[in-house]
Order: sequence, then C-alpha cells, then structure tokens
Amino acid sequence: MRPAFIIAGKDLSQRIRDKSAILLGLVAPLGLAFIFSVIIPDTTAGSFNIHVGVVDNDRGAIAAGFIDHVLPDVEAQGLVTVTRLGSVDRALSEVENGNLDAVYIFPEGYTESVQDGGGGTVRMVRNVDSSIAGQIAEAVLDGYLAEVDAVTVAIGAAVLSGGQDVEAIAARAAETPAAVVLADTDAADRTLDSTTFFAAGMAVFFLFFTVQFGVSSLLEERLYGTLPRLLGAPISRWSIIGGKAITSFVLGVVSMVMLAIGTTFLIGADWGNPVGVAILMMAGVLAALGIMAVVAVVARTPEQAANWQSIVAVVLGLMGGTFFPLSQGPRLLSMLSKLTPHAWFLQGLGDISSGAGLASVVAPSMAMLTFFVITVGAAVWFGKGRVLAP
Amino acid sequence: MNVLECTGLVKAFDDLVAVDGVGFNIAAGETYGLLGPNGAGKTTTISIISGILEADAGRVVVAGNEITTRTTTGNAEIGYVPQDIAIYPDLTARENLRFFGRLYGLSKDRLARRIDEILEVIGLTDRRDDRTDEYSGGMRRRLNIGIGLIHEPSLLILDEPTVGVDPQSRNSILESVETLGTAGTAVLYTTHYMEEAERLCDRVAIIDAGKIRAEGTRRELVQLMGQKDTINLSVVGSAHKLADALAVVDQVESATAVEGSVELLVEGASSLLPRILEVAQASGVGVSGVGVIEPNLESVFLHLTGKALRD
Repeated sequence: MRPAFIIAGKDLSQRIRDKSAILLGLVAPLGLAFIFSVIIPDTTAGSFNIHVGVVDNDRGAIAAGFIDHVLPDVEAQGLVTVTRLGSVDRALSEVENGNLDAVYIFPEGYTESVQDGGGGTVRMVRNVDSSIAGQIAEAVLDGYLAEVDAVTVAIGAAVLSGGQDVEAIAARAAETPAAVVLADTDAADRTLDSTTFFAAGMAVFFLFFTVQFGVSSLLEERLYGTLPRLLGAPISRWSIIGGKAITSFVLGVVSMVMLAIGTTFLIGADWGNPVGVAILMMAGVLAALGIMAVVAVVARTPEQAANWQSIVAVVLGLMGGTFFPLSQGPRLLSMLSKLTPHAWFLQGLGDISSGAGLASVVAPSMAMLTFFVITVGAAVWFGKGRVLAP
Repeated sequence: MNVLECTGLVKAFDDLVAVDGVGFNIAAGETYGLLGPNGAGKTTTISIISGILEADAGRVVVAGNEITTRTTTGNAEIGYVPQDIAIYPDLTARENLRFFGRLYGLSKDRLARRIDEILEVIGLTDRRDDRTDEYSGGMRRRLNIGIGLIHEPSLLILDEPTVGVDPQSRNSILESVETLGTAGTAVLYTTHYMEEAERLCDRVAIIDAGKIRAEGTRRELVQLMGQKDTINLSVVGSAHKLADALAVVDQVESATAVEGSVELLVEGASSLLPRILEVAQASGVGVSGVGVIEPNLESVFLHLTGKALRD
C-alpha cells in the first residue's frame, strides 16, 4: 500500500499546485450554492403545475366549499391539477409513489364538529421531494381554513351579542378552540430547505468534476511519459491504480466536507447528523469515482477524458436533480433520476437533514455503492490490458 | 559476473514479431550497445528487460532476480531511462527525484544524500527548486537520466538518451555514461548513432527486424565481416606512379590514383603504414598527408542488413 500512498501524495500535491481542484471542488460549488439559494425561490414560484389529490370523507359543507369552489378556482388559473380520490390509503399511495405532490384529507364529521364549536383537523400529506409544491398546496388550504375559522367565530359572536358585554364576548372568542387545525403530518419534515438543497446539489454536482482529477491522472502519466517509469519501478501495478483511486477519493471527500462546513457557516445550510452525512458523502464519492473511472478508461487522452467526463457530470447532475427538484418536473424525469447517484445522495440527505435516524441513509448509500461496484467492474473490464500498457 | 542475463526473448504485436529470439548477457561495469535502426526492436527488448512489457517467450534475470511484469524485487536493481523525457513538468527537479527515490524504497537519509549527488552529477543543483517545465530540453534530458540513477541500480538501461539533444548536452550525457561504466554499473545502451556505440560500448549487438545479427567488440564485429582499412595518401608528384609502386606491397589489396592522391585498401593499416611510407620515398613521389579510415559499425551494419542505420 505504501507505493499507492506515495503516488497519491505526489498527485495531490500536483492538484493543489494547479489550483483547478480547489476551484472546481470548492470555490465554484460554494459560489453557485449561494447564488442559487438566493435567486431560485423568487424566480421559480408559479412556474410549475402542482398535482394535488383530495379525499372527502366529510361530505359536509366546509369540505364541499373547498373542493367545489376553492380548488376549481385555483385549477382554473393553471396552477393546480386536482384529482379526487376515494380512500385515504389510495391517497397516501399516490403521494408515496410521487404521482401527487400533496393530498388533502377531510375526515368524516369534520363540518359537523366545526359547526358545533368542537374544532377539527384537515390532514395534508406532502410528497417528500415536492418542497415548493407542498408549500403552495399548504398555503391554499391555510387560506381557506383561516376564513372558515373567522366566520365561525363571527357567527358565535353574533349569537352571543344580546345583553352581554364586549369583554365577555372577546373572552369567549379567545377561549373557543381553534375551529380548524392544519395538521402537516408529512414528509415535509423530510425535504431539504432551499439553501441546503442547493448546497448539497452543487456539492454532489461538482464532486464529479473533482474526482476526475485522480482517475484521469493515469492518462497524464502516459502523456508525460512517466507511466513506463512507474511500470518499471519495484511496485505492483495495482498500487498505481490504487494511488489514483486514493487521490480521487481524498479530493472528493475533502471537497464535500469543506463544502458542508462552508455552506453551514456561510449560508446557513443544515446538512443534518454528521455521521449520516459522512456515510452519504463517502458512498457518493465512491460512486462518482467509479463513473469517472469508466470514462477515463475509455478515453485515450487527458483532453478527451476531460471533455467526456464534463458531459457525463453535467448530464447526470441535471438528471439527478441537483439544480432543481425533479418532482416538480415530469414524472419520467423523476424516475430517471434514480439512475444517478445524485438523486440518491439528495434523498438520503433530505432524510438525515430532517432528523431521521441513521437507518434512513442505508438505502441511498447502498444504491450509491451499487453504482460504485458496477462502474468499477466496468472500468476493470474495459481497461484490461489497455490502461497500464506502456 | 553477469548482471543481466536474457535468453530467447520473443514479443509479437498481432502479426508483427517485434523481438524474435533475442538473448545476451552484460557483466558488471560493462557497457553493452544495442545498435539498430528505428523499428529494429530495441525499445521492445529493453521494455521486456525492464519488466514493463511481458514477453511471449524467453527469460530475463537481473542480479539473480527473474524479471517479469508481475515481479517487483528485481526491478529495484534496474534503472530505466526511457527514450522520451519522462518527468513531471509541474514538479521541481528535487521533487521528481524524491518521488521516484521513494518509489524505489530509499530511506529518508539515503534519499536526501542521493538527491544532492544526482543534482550535482547532472548539473542542476542551482536549478533544483525550479519547475522542470522551465528547463531547457538538455536540462530535462539530464534530469531524465538522473532519475534512472537515483537508487544506484546494478543495471542502467538507456533507451536512445541523446535523441533530439544539442551537441553540448549530448557530450555531457556520453561522458556520464562513460563514468558509470568505470564505476561498476552495467549499462545497456540502445542507439542508432554508430559513433555513440563505438565510443561507449565494450560490446555491441547489431539488431534488425527483431533479431540480433551479430554481437561482439567493435574489432570482433569488423573482423567478422572481413572489412579492410583504407589509407589515403596526399601526394606531391605522380599519383599513378606511386599507386603502381604500392600495388605490389604485401597486404595491400588495391591501390588507386585519384586526383593527386592515392587510396589504398589494406589489412591492418597501423602496422603497414611505415612500409608504405618507405615505398613512397623509394619511388621518388612526395607524400604531404596521410589519412587512415578503419571500417566502422555503420559499414558492418550495412554489410549485415543491406541498409543504413538511419533508414
């Protein structure tokens, strides 16, 4: 292993010296995360269609008012597409599968309970990946329920007005339990706030550019003519490959850790449990390393490798939802995103950031490690007899 | 004692047999030349000997260790200087030497000492902390050789180290190789420059189309081919008269008068020269100048392969 670390040490000093790794691994993602976190919420509001569902187990006037009047109005504005659903289970399933961004559930006897002054709860469930859509859906319901609440109190006040003093009416109104409670039970807890989303998105996007420096340096060895010297040295051939892999891994991990720290303190990102984040980061770095290794193995020159790796990094980054939440786009895109490590990384981070247990990072991490195993296997297969040819 | 022993090396790339049954030995302190034109199989041969390329057949032993692409022990005995400059342009000379020295397992103290020694030998002590992409071509070439020497190898392999080098640096490189031979290092030197092989090498193998055509000292190779020396006499008087007088002298194969001079083809020019001058004096024709041309490896190569070295 010692020769591998000697090679990695040399490579790392070269990368630090040429500053490109610092620019791509730190400066660029930090800058873009800051810019996006400031700009994107203002520029994207209303620019997409929200798919909501509604379950009416109430069959009362309040639910009807919302379903028959409020939602059609909003739907007419092109902002929302409404789907009526027959059961709560069906509604939850649609949200879980990503077919709906949010679902409103009016429970049985809701109108009656509100009219009796006993209050009531409308349940709303949001899709984990639909941060902005969920907030808008929540605002629509909030606005309606606030009106219901005001009317209920006003009616109560009118009934009581005869012969009683104003102070007593006010006291009664204050003591009246809230007519409605918006119970946000979801999944909203598992979404990343926009600052953290863009911090993490940019970090994983630029990770692919950062790790390429290590795996592609094998092509530079050939360009410099130093590969035959390494092959002739008293070291195993695997230690040459290992040195390059260590370089990529260290660059990737250092870049991610510094970005997590930097975005936490500079722009207020909330990455969540450090242990969970560390696991996700390492799995993400390995996945990126494997994918970039395949490209480096197929390419014939450092320039060709850099071009191809840039294309792969950008396409996977866009497909993986590092620039915008894919749940706001076509469902097909959301499904395709699972073919990228980026989406799994962001999903895992969404869970851990919202306080979910460490177990929540297992599935995303395993998915990313699967990318690593498959791509490293492919790199070995494609590179057999070629990569270390003098 | 042989530092290098290689036998029956064969390497083919698809249908092209680049090396075909090559074998030779090199003793400690001996400089051995592989002389051949481009594409003769020199680089492939030394790539196999260095453990860089796997041979299809044959065996290489360096300082008692078998060398293949899978072995590592014996590689520490080999210093390899590739034909193309193989250094990191964004590192300094000292960093390049340190990196390769560490790969060869040199201890910290020994590495520091060797770096200073090598920098002194290759004349880069003053520029040791400059990035090598700021060096001249000759400086880079010298560092290229220095890296091959950092671990004090038993066998130094130099693959055409003077290609594209200015005359001054070239002379410096040749002097360094001469010094190595006297220091006990076995040197394998490939070149297609006949004069380098003649100057440096104790023994030479002439290689062409992947096969060694002949091997031996320069004198042995020349004698093997039955090549003759040429003596050129500049004359004052009748060149034809002198040519006729010399044509009957023993060991003179031919005497030809050519525009004020006489060209003799002889066997053993140095021993015959006094007799030739006696005959010239006796014939009454003055001699104003004498030139001796011994047969060289170029002519041997031409004789063996039917083509010039630079073809």
